[in-house]
Formats: sequence, structure tokens, C-alpha cells
Amino acid sequence: MNVDRITEKLNILADAAKYDVSCASSGSKRKNENKGLGNASNGICHSYTEDGRCVSLLKILLTNHCIFDCAYCVSRKTNDIKRAAFTVQEVVDLTINFYRRNYIEGLFLSSGIFKDADYTMERLVRIAKKLRTEHNFNGYIHLKSIPGASDELMNEAGLYADRLSVNLEMPTEAGLKLLAPDKNQADMIKPMGYLKNAIIQRTEEKRLFKKAPIFAPAGQSTQVIIGATPENDSQVLRSANYFYKNFNLKRVYYSGYVPVLADSRLPALNTSVPMVRENRLYQADWLMRFYGFKVNEIVNDAQPHLDLDIDPKLSWAIRTMQVFPIDINKADLQLILRVPGIGLLSAQKIVSARIFGKLNWDQLKKIGVAINRAKYFITCNSNEFERRDLTGNNIKQFILATSQSKYLKNTQVQLNLF
Amino acid sequence: MTTLIYDGTFEGLLTAVFDVYDRKLGMVSLQKTGVNNSALFEDRLQVITDETRANRVLKGLKQKISSMGIQRLYAAHLAEMDGEENSLMGYIRYAFDAGQNIEEDYGNRFVMRVSEMVRMVRREKHRMEAFIRFQKLKDETFYATIEPDFNVLPLLIRHFKSRYADQKWIIYDIRRNYGIYYDLHDTQYISLDFANVNKPGDVIAAFTEDEGIYQHLWKNYFTSVNIPSRKNTKLHVRHIPKRYWKHLTEKI
Repeated sequence: MNVDRITEKLNILADAAKYDVSCASSGSKRKNENKGLGNASNGICHSYTEDGRCVSLLKILLTNHCIFDCAYCVSRKTNDIKRAAFTVQEVVDLTINFYRRNYIEGLFLSSGIFKDADYTMERLVRIAKKLRTEHNFNGYIHLKSIPGASDELMNEAGLYADRLSVNLEMPTEAGLKLLAPDKNQADMIKPMGYLKNAIIQRTEEKRLFKKAPIFAPAGQSTQVIIGATPENDSQVLRSANYFYKNFNLKRVYYSGYVPVLADSRLPALNTSVPMVRENRLYQADWLMRFYGFKVNEIVNDAQPHLDLDIDPKLSWAIRTMQVFPIDINKADLQLILRVPGIGLLSAQKIVSARIFGKLNWDQLKKIGVAINRAKYFITCNSNEFERRDLTGNNIKQFILATSQSKYLKNTQVQLNLF
Repeated sequence: MTTLIYDGTFEGLLTAVFDVYDRKLGMVSLQKTGVNNSALFEDRLQVITDETRANRVLKGLKQKISSMGIQRLYAAHLAEMDGEENSLMGYIRYAFDAGQNIEEDYGNRFVMRVSEMVRMVRREKHRMEAFIRFQKLKDETFYATIEPDFNVLPLLIRHFKSRYADQKWIIYDIRRNYGIYYDLHDTQYISLDFANVNKPGDVIAAFTEDEGIYQHLWKNYFTSVNIPSRKNTKLHVRHIPKRYWKHLTEKI
């Protein structure tokens, strides 16, 4: 093994893959059979980069040679950078040896497009196949669906991979046309649609015949870049909602645009990464998937952007004061989930615990409720509760004044001047 | 108030529960042997760990709480936190005395405290599953050392046994000086004698040749995937507290 050459390739191809934010290794249920290597179930983050993102998979490109010229992408054809390509065996060796040392949960393999879609997809599938069949590897494999790849290859990919994803890149077709003239959304949606139907059909088969092979057990995901084009949060979230509903996606990832290239169509190179906005979008995404919120409760024409200074649940609550206060000892789980300061686990604990006796503030605090936020919206087994008739805006100011959110530091410093 | 002195084992704890009911004790305080802070006027009682009695308590407990509940109690016990045996004792007595299953009564302070301890222990277990770094030895065994906050090694066996079924491995807790060894068939507890290893060269010679290469590649990978313009040290350290760094290949 030529260590220097491999090191160089790994540096180039890991660096080029890092803007893909998906790192999930959960949601699969692949067992270790016949004393093979590995399994995949709940997902583990084995390390964290200095920017605080999880490192769960060996995330690399097979190659950064690419025939496309997408403005936002470091690997675009016209960008003058070092190019490299792994051989099939090199990727297999790296994956197995990293896995055996407990560095990773598995492989995340993406690629630049060389020659055409099928040619590229075929290489990705070949690596997954080799890992599964020759090395009895049961760890997690995430493959990119290459836009425009044939149904036959997508079918084979589904047999070996745990998750497949195709990146929509831009929330709207117009944004895509602007920055990635070689791509079109129809090509991206095609493999997504094929896999959606195949997953439904295979799950049905699996229910009837235990022996039926598992097919992409961790489903599909996608990613959209935020802040490279002028879409508002309403457009972003509506588009996410559309793909959750129509393609049964497991996750939509939001990637704050990191300026890497100078291009008149893009934000300037010194623009900061929209990390707060990205964070708020994820919070809104969670509200849609786990908290029973509809997309138009979070964003709508009157409210096209998410508040940056408060989270979207609090933002919804202060716009919808007529619902509150609710009695924590009587309200439905669905309503408790909507209270700012109460998370999924706390809500479930409350509902379990109140069967034994009415809960008071102390107990709620112990259970994990953030009382400083929740207290404006609930009553419990206590004489103390918010008696003032506060407007949503009052509450927002009270909460901001006592909050230590890192996003608020700048504004607070400014206020202190006066 | 009676102070019960027990040996710190789970059986010991269950035997203590037996004694509480056997002697119809009211207020009790549980202490591990060796922790000697006795008050002047108190009854002290030595609990003699007894498997039969412990099993009777366990059997009775199974009537009152689910098998998941028993596992959670065991996990909380592994936290080995001083003074917290009283929470476990309180939980078990509450479970016996109540007319119904109390596992989800989070309004009760014992149930809540045990739930907190379980969360702490499970988080440590999960961290170990993530942060263990094996090094390949010449005889094809993969070796890792750990220093977990809680005694979670027994909880790790199932995960690593099902994951690394085709390689021999050792996970060694150097703080508590014992480990698990998997020999491709079964796992056993072992204890190693490091006294004879005195030259650092001996240690390096024990690894396979490609061990250094893969460590080097992994460190390179770790640096390559970082996005400097998103640097967030606070978040980084929250996810990987510094006390774990010395065993992490990429952070050494």
C-alpha cells in the first residue's frame, strides 16, 4: 500500500465530501449474521469535528472528477483543484479497517459524475456489493442516488445500501436552474420516486415472507442548501414538507451555504455561514415531524421567515396565545407537546406520571421541563401561576431577558450601551 | 434510623432489602463497607450478602415491576455513586409497598432519581460504544483501554459481541483494573498484569505493522472533514468532554 498516495486521496476526497451534512447512521435494522462483521441499528456518533458536527460514517467521494458545473460546488468542472479517484478495493479496505477499530459506523459514499449517471452509479453499487457479499459486512452503508440513474441500478443499490439519498440542492427549481444549469429537478426526483415505490413494495413482501431481503431499511434522505439563493424559509419548509409527504423521506437536511467559490450568482466569499437560520430550520423540521405541527402553522404568507432570536415553537405560541394557559394535569399529549419548554420526553413523562397524582412545579422541573419558558403557558397543581394578562410580545421580552442563548449575545451588548 | 452496612454489590443491596423487611425496620440509611461516617447514637447493622435472600427479593420484585425495570435498577446500581444506594433502596421499598406498578411515577422522588441515574449510566455506556478505539495486536486481537466514569463494562458486552463477532477483542477498564476478552466464541472477564511491561518499545512492538498506518489515515480523515469557517469549540467539547481525549486516536 502506498501510504502517501492513499493519504493524499483521502484528504482530497474527504474534504470534497464534507459539505454533505447527512451523518445519520440510525434507522436501519441490519443484523450481524453468520459471524460476519458489524451491524446497524440505532446509530452512533463516533467522533465530533471541531465545528461540532458528528462523525459517524467514513464520508468520501469516490472521485471529485465531475462533468457538471454547479456554481456552489467545490468539485465543479471549471474549478481549478486537485482531482483524485479511489479504486474499489481502496474504499473497501479503508471501510473495513476503520470499522474494525470502532472509528465508524459504516460508509457514506458519494461521487462526482464522470462519463454519465449510470456509469457512476454502477461504481458506487459495486463497492457496496463487494462489502456485503465478499466481506460479510453488515455495517451501515449510505449511497448517493445519482440523478438520472436507471431503475435497475437503483434496485441493486437498494439491496445493498441502508440509506439512499439524492440532494435537491436548491429548495426551488428556479434556484437550481440559476446555480446548476446542467441539473434538473426531474432527474433528481426520478430515482427518488422509484425507490419510494420499491421500499413500499419490499416492506410489504417482508411482512409476508420473513426471508425476503431487506431493501434500503433506513429509507431516503435529501439535502437543500440554505442561503445561496434568495428563497425564504416558507419556501424551504414547504418544499421539505412536500418531499416528506410525497416521497416518504426520513430526513431533509439543511446546509447553510459555506462560501467556497467566487461567482457573481453567489453570496460573496466573506459572507458568514447562516448557522442560526440553519438551526431554526432544523427546529421547525422537528416540529413538523415529531410535534404534530403543520407547516403553515410555523411559516405562512404573513410570516415567511422564522424568527432568528427565538425558536419556532415559542414563536408559534406567542402568536397563538388564545390556546393558553393549559392545565398540565388534564391536557392531551398533543397539546402538551406544543408548550414551549416541554420536549418530547418530558411530555411523555408528564402524561405517565400524572396518573399517579397531580404534578406541581417542583416535579415538572425534575422531569426536565424548562420552567422559565413553560411557566407563561401552563398551570399545574399549585396556587402559583402567571396571573398577569401578558401579550405575546411581553412574554418574548421576559424570556429573552432571562435567556442565555448564544444567538442573543450581540443584541444584548448593544442594549447595554443605552 | 438504622444504618445498614453492605458490600456494594447488587446482591448485597437486595439482601439489605431483605433485612429491612425481615426486621421490620423503618427509616434506614445504606452505606458501603469502608465508608465510615457513623453518627453517635444510631443502630448499625452489618448486611451479610446472601444469594438465597437476594434471589427471594429479586423474585418478589419481578412481581412488582417489569424486567426492563429490573435492568434499569441494575444499571443505576452500576453508577456506584456514594449515597445513592438510598435512592435505590427507596425505589425498591416504594415498589414493594405500592399497590400498583410505580415505574412511571415520575412525580415520586425515588423514581425520578433512579431515572436520572439510569440516564447517566446509559449515556456513559453509549459514549463508550462510540469512543472506544481498538488497536490491532500482532496476534490479530483488537485491544482498547477505557476509563469510564461509571462501571459500564458489563453493559458493553452485548453490543461489542454482536458487532465484532469475527475478530478477537479486549476492552480493558484501567481505572477499575479488569476487562472483557472475546475469543470468537464467548466473552470472559480478565485482569491483566502490566507490571512486566516496562519498556515503551514493548508496547509498540505488540501492534501489527498496519496499525500505525490506519491511525495516521484516521487522523488525516478527521482533520479533512472539519469546516474551519464553522468552528464551534464549545459544541465540540460538549460532545467530546476533554477527559475522554487521551483514549481517542484522533485527539491524541
